[in-house]
Amino acid sequence: MKKAGKRVIPAFGISMGVTLAMVSLIVIIPLASLVIFTSHMSFSEIWETITRERVLASFKVSFITAFIASLINMVMGIILAWVLVRYDFPLKRIIDGLIELPFAMPTAVAGIALTSLTSDKGLVGKFFANFGIKIAYTRIGITVALVFIGIPFVVRAVQPVLEKLDPSYEEASKVMGASGGKIFRSVILPEILPPAITGFGLAFGRCLGEYGSVVFIAGNKPFETEITPLIIMSELQEYDYSSATAIALVMLVTAFLILFIVNLIQARNTRILGR
Amino acid sequence: MDNKNTGSKVTKWILVGISFLFVFVMLILPLVTVIMEALRKGWDTYIQAVTDEYTVKALLLTLEATAFAVIFNTIFGLFSAWTITKYRFRGKKILTALIDVPVTVSPIIAGLIFVLTFGRQSFLYPYLQELNINVVFAVPGIILATVFVTFPFISRELIPVLEAQGTDEEEASALMGAGGFKIFTKVTFPHIKWAFLYGIVLCVARAIGEFGAVSVLSGHLRGKTNTLPLHVEILFNEFQYVPAFAVSSILVMLAVAILIIRSIIEYIGKRNNEDVR
Repeated sequence: MKKAGKRVIPAFGISMGVTLAMVSLIVIIPLASLVIFTSHMSFSEIWETITRERVLASFKVSFITAFIASLINMVMGIILAWVLVRYDFPLKRIIDGLIELPFAMPTAVAGIALTSLTSDKGLVGKFFANFGIKIAYTRIGITVALVFIGIPFVVRAVQPVLEKLDPSYEEASKVMGASGGKIFRSVILPEILPPAITGFGLAFGRCLGEYGSVVFIAGNKPFETEITPLIIMSELQEYDYSSATAIALVMLVTAFLILFIVNLIQARNTRILGR
Repeated sequence: MDNKNTGSKVTKWILVGISFLFVFVMLILPLVTVIMEALRKGWDTYIQAVTDEYTVKALLLTLEATAFAVIFNTIFGLFSAWTITKYRFRGKKILTALIDVPVTVSPIIAGLIFVLTFGRQSFLYPYLQELNINVVFAVPGIILATVFVTFPFISRELIPVLEAQGTDEEEASALMGAGGFKIFTKVTFPHIKWAFLYGIVLCVARAIGEFGAVSVLSGHLRGKTNTLPLHVEILFNEFQYVPAFAVSSILVMLAVAILIIRSIIEYIGKRNNEDVR
């Protein structure tokens, strides 16, 4: 590796200058204005806003639905990644490409499509109504929308690790007489669990902040199906910027905390994957 | 690959079955629903909804915002990835973290921080008024929000590729007397062109579909500050389901096109030994 010292490659000044100017305009200045705005608010004012019952209820709704959705995605993500890496079957390439659909499909479109599917008159909704289960306009509906949004995260985190996993360990344990289930639990799972948790964290963070796909399916009943981003939105529509900012701060801190934990786990992953 | 036979046949088909069911219900059904609902009242109603004046205006605004996002983030992506991978400087980690901020915050919060920056209570507001510039509830706000949510998309694709490539070739050309621009176009860019295209595709996909951040900054004025996804929302909330799905079908077709292009780029990139994704 190169030692620190004189830079050999020219044009450091201009490329650094352009980069910093653009980061400042798009990220630093808006973040700074958030900090400035917050500094005008007293702590008790912030505390009072975020401990309002309706706000607390929205934290609960957001947290529970995002957590369950990400958990479902973690299990399904491991299965999908496993199937896509280890097996050959018809339409495999199409399935692999479709995994990315939630990134490409506008969230609002996903939202209205899922709503119409899971409402009493929709294809899926009708089926579940037979068992007395309502999906659209309940927390189940919110969870369904969040599962859709979070599908790619775990699959795409686990896939590369599974691809690089050395099959000789599995073969060795097979030769020594371990059963398929045992091999999976003690040889494969320890390797793919860290990336699966990374994917879980990324999906969880995304789901907590998700707005577009959820607003349509949630029904937005206070205390029951009102998510935190929606509360921020309604405060903004009433021009109550202080309340909106206070609630947003809680979400921001949570998001950064999740990101921090994910980075810690990812550092471990990189060690395993090598360069 | 010689490890395709792990586990019994039964396990394989159970797992493949679960995967198919999941992908069918969660991904294919929503896609099909959009198209079916859009065509429920026939082709004529569909064409009418798609060619409606407000739909066309919304489409144009969406394309405008997307174009700005791609141009801005292309310039930023190239400069920032080059700066981060080709030089050593202090604060590199902080810079990288700042670039990633837009993808970690909720789109609603992204909208909020721009309202706080350019809205009525901001110290910038009087100056902007003097210059007759409106950001909040106007087109510049929509463009800013779109640029913000797609900000890291291109640079994130380029950084790992450039990092893996190292700086030896650039240093050699610099020692032989090449300038920064020449080194970039002749030496660096050929290594990153597929990753670069890939980043643009991701940027376009997100820019077209952005909803939350744009929703905060748009005033939802039809024909003025209404993007395609926002237009879908308005129609749906007015119980105009068929037009809402008709407009959605435009977005779905764009999304599917993007997925196909993405796969092609990934395929060619891999064949050329460039680590895309």
